[in-house]
Amino acid sequence: MSGHMAFDDKLVMMANQIGKFFTPQRQGDPVAGIATHIRKFWDPRMRAAIYAHLDQGGAGLDEPVRQAVARLKQAEAHH
Amino acid sequence: MSLVPETDYGTPASKSTDLVTLTIDGQKVTVPAGTSIMRAAMDTGIQVPKLCATDSVDSFGSCRLCLVEIAGRNGTPASCTTPVAPGIVVSTQTERLKQIRKGVMELYISDHPLDCLTCAANGDCELQDMAGAVGLRDVRYGYEGENHTKQAKDESNPYFTFDASKCIVCSRCVRACEEVQGTFALTIQGRGFDSKVSPGAMEDNFLSSECVSCGACVQACPTATLSEKSLIEIGQPEHSVVTTCAYCGVGCSFKAEMRGEELVRMVPYKDGKANRGHSCVKGRFAWGYANHKERILNPMIRESIEQPWREVSWEEAIGRVASEFKRLQEKHGRLAVGGITSSRCTNEETYLVQKLIRGGFGNNNVDTCARVCHSPTGFGLSQAFGTSAGTQDFDSVEKADVILVIGANPTDAHPVFASRMKKRLRAGAKLIVIDPRRTDLVRMPHIEADFHLPLRPGTNAAIMNALAHTIVTEGLVNEKFVREFCDRDAFEYWAAFVSEPQNSPETVGLMAGVAPEDIRGAARLYATGGNGAIYYGLGVTEHSQGTTTVMAIANLAMVTGNLGREGVGVNPLRGQNNVQGACDMGSFPHELTGYRHISDDTTRTMFEKLWGRPLDSEPGLRIPNMFDAALEGTFKGIYVQGEDILQSDPNTSHVVAALKAMECVVVQDLFLNETANYAHVFLPGSTFLEKDGTFTNAERRINRVRKVMTPKNGLADWEITMAIAKAMGFEMPYKHPSEIMDEIALLTPTFTGVSYDLLDKVGSVQWPCNEKAPLGTPTMHIGGFVRGKGNFLITEYVPTEERTGPRFPLLLTTGRILSQYNVGAQTRRTDNVVWHDQDVLEIHPHDAEVRGVRDGDWVKLDSRAGGTSLRAKITDRVAPGVVYTTFHHPDTQANVITTDFSDWATNCPEYKVTAVQITPSNGPGEWQKEYNAQAEHSRRIAAKIAAE
Repeated sequence: MSGHMAFDDKLVMMANQIGKFFTPQRQGDPVAGIATHIRKFWDPRMRAAIYAHLDQGGAGLDEPVRQAVARLKQAEAHH
Repeated sequence: MSLVPETDYGTPASKSTDLVTLTIDGQKVTVPAGTSIMRAAMDTGIQVPKLCATDSVDSFGSCRLCLVEIAGRNGTPASCTTPVAPGIVVSTQTERLKQIRKGVMELYISDHPLDCLTCAANGDCELQDMAGAVGLRDVRYGYEGENHTKQAKDESNPYFTFDASKCIVCSRCVRACEEVQGTFALTIQGRGFDSKVSPGAMEDNFLSSECVSCGACVQACPTATLSEKSLIEIGQPEHSVVTTCAYCGVGCSFKAEMRGEELVRMVPYKDGKANRGHSCVKGRFAWGYANHKERILNPMIRESIEQPWREVSWEEAIGRVASEFKRLQEKHGRLAVGGITSSRCTNEETYLVQKLIRGGFGNNNVDTCARVCHSPTGFGLSQAFGTSAGTQDFDSVEKADVILVIGANPTDAHPVFASRMKKRLRAGAKLIVIDPRRTDLVRMPHIEADFHLPLRPGTNAAIMNALAHTIVTEGLVNEKFVREFCDRDAFEYWAAFVSEPQNSPETVGLMAGVAPEDIRGAARLYATGGNGAIYYGLGVTEHSQGTTTVMAIANLAMVTGNLGREGVGVNPLRGQNNVQGACDMGSFPHELTGYRHISDDTTRTMFEKLWGRPLDSEPGLRIPNMFDAALEGTFKGIYVQGEDILQSDPNTSHVVAALKAMECVVVQDLFLNETANYAHVFLPGSTFLEKDGTFTNAERRINRVRKVMTPKNGLADWEITMAIAKAMGFEMPYKHPSEIMDEIALLTPTFTGVSYDLLDKVGSVQWPCNEKAPLGTPTMHIGGFVRGKGNFLITEYVPTEERTGPRFPLLLTTGRILSQYNVGAQTRRTDNVVWHDQDVLEIHPHDAEVRGVRDGDWVKLDSRAGGTSLRAKITDRVAPGVVYTTFHHPDTQANVITTDFSDWATNCPEYKVTAVQITPSNGPGEWQKEYNAQAEHSRRIAAKIAAE
């Protein structure tokens, strides 16, 4: 990793790392696990940034992570 | 005030539960079987004269002063080496014994300098006491014959002297070095009259020997032979106060021995439950930083980091903090500011900082330096067991049969606990070390690991899975424990996962560089060797899979049933003194005290009612997220208490850029640390000697910190935070830290029973301390887990994104050294620099040879994040392909190299794996020169410039 990673790129990497833990879990819904982790530990501006990234196509997000971010975004919009 | 009294029983306590009754000097005494007659006598208040006996080491029977007579037995046996027996009748004072003792003392004194009035031990000398006790009035032999009174003094150690002329060769120092510390640096050289205490080889002095300056020998010495230099200079203390060391997570209890407000010496406290009377070079001796000339005692401000500092009043400095943070919030929004609590400060101070941020700033942008060390422990163990902490007390190690140490180097980083562990290992416990480096524990005097798995950095999770694979596929599961205490479905899924071929030792071993048969052997030993105890450190947590490995460790303990009793468990060795406490106190942005999530309405409402402020229900920024948000432009101000984020956090250039992007950086510390180079307000902090409070150590033990002197800076740290809160319009009118603890207890279920009154009464307690456990909880999860059933989680190995390649073919891993502490801000300002005055790079001979690097050469160390230069140390402690350095010195800045890859769950940085290249160098690089120039420029103080 070089000196400064773009904010969006770093968030995508972090979200995918979370996904790599939850995806192999064999109990519960991995997508829900990813969404809950992000909801519990990311501050609002980080979540807003990953939603915005998703809106722009979500480049780089692994599939379960993409689903989790979409689900979370929708849940927050309806909250 | 007076000196805190401690009784020396002469020999260690017996642990037998069988009792024996005997008679000593006409008194019936009942004591555990195996107790010495000397100790039994002391139990009844009878002090048998002694010189070579002390209760920190086994009896030796050399001084012949403690002789007694036993009715019906011949001779005059030594009471220290003679165990009690049922019904015996012992006399400690008879005409025969008096004559023998007087004769022995005559011989001792005939070869001892008679300079008692000017001797440093005057008033605290056991030889002097014994001369008095036996009624010595004359020395018939005279003093003219051949003697040792002209022997030279060894003053090589910076903290204590060895005056051989005063030595009575009682071997207490030699035995303390062996039995208490476990270093075996001292020996008795020569025979008969030529016998003398010797530190190692003939040519060695104390400094050049293997002595680690723990002070155990000084503590054990009955004369002035081994004396603290501070004692020699100042004189005998007149009062003492029991307090807690402010260095590592062991949390040793010490007596601060004082003369007025001057600290004479720190002496380990025998009743300290973490250290049991032992100490290390840092806690025992390295406290001189408190009076160092570079300590800042006045608040300072400046408009920009280009300007020199300007000393101002506390009112002006606090006013500046409040007005700047208010301005930033008005301009950039409520979330634009935050702060960092310190694992070096007390629980009460940490609690206040998070209260200030949540209640005063109105957001949850609070984090702690635990983020960059043990945050994966908190999250990982909470998911597996339901509690974010270790499961045992330190005493538990005495009942361990197999000790598994992974990613920890306790002889350097947790030396006092390491001594206790080594004692158990010498008594026969087996040892497994999992570490890329051949740490001291792997092979040292009288200890050799049964298995050392020198894994490639970054493969911890894979190795843990391979250990589990062996246990599950070879039928070594503790079925009873799993069936009774663990979630069955979770276990079945996990057992199927670890049984898969990719987790076999054969597959993992190839990738991790470890012999598969060693993995299998280690797994069999841990699963079948009796009580298995796992101890781990930052070599586990500071990885992109730190949390995963913590969970894998928990899985391993559960599948073997190594939980819920003494001698077993999962034991995180915490880095700094109050890491556990900082985490407990609600320092993380997503949770309040006691690890309760900020979004929980019931918990939040309780705090809101007591604090009188609405609290944000959203998690705040973690430290690395604060840096990112600063560079993004949404985070503008930070209050940093007792933490040097510039030196300790990874990817230094990234941290520098983030700090530069902020408009108000407030640093509260003892010294102008590296972070302060980019600060606008400096608030001088107080030392642990200058305030009241509590620290919580790695075993969840809440220990009192007691004020022994007035804060030199004028205010304790908790008072500074209160002043900021008041200026922000959020009053916290505490009169004493005990009131803060009362509030913590009121709000935190695991602390309900904690109060200063209780701590003063019982010494210390381990949380949970509440109605169910009024005196605390030494062992967790007895008869079931806090979360209900133990939870096996799938811990799939995911290689780090940090990869070696042609440009960066080596892997750098980092660590600590005994004499220095963390970023070195304290220890670099003590004489500990004689042992480690610079960070060096350990490199394997093969890697050095192909690069043309010789031992001691300067080398340039480059990674994708940055580069620095330091000297090379060629050693086969590291494997080919791996290099290692410490991070104690800012002029080499190991963290210029480390990247901002981090743990998936907690963002704990991946300090332990960085791809690097090494090339020969002529000296410090351009970056270091520029950095040092900037630091020097930034540390200018206007008043001092004017005076010059």
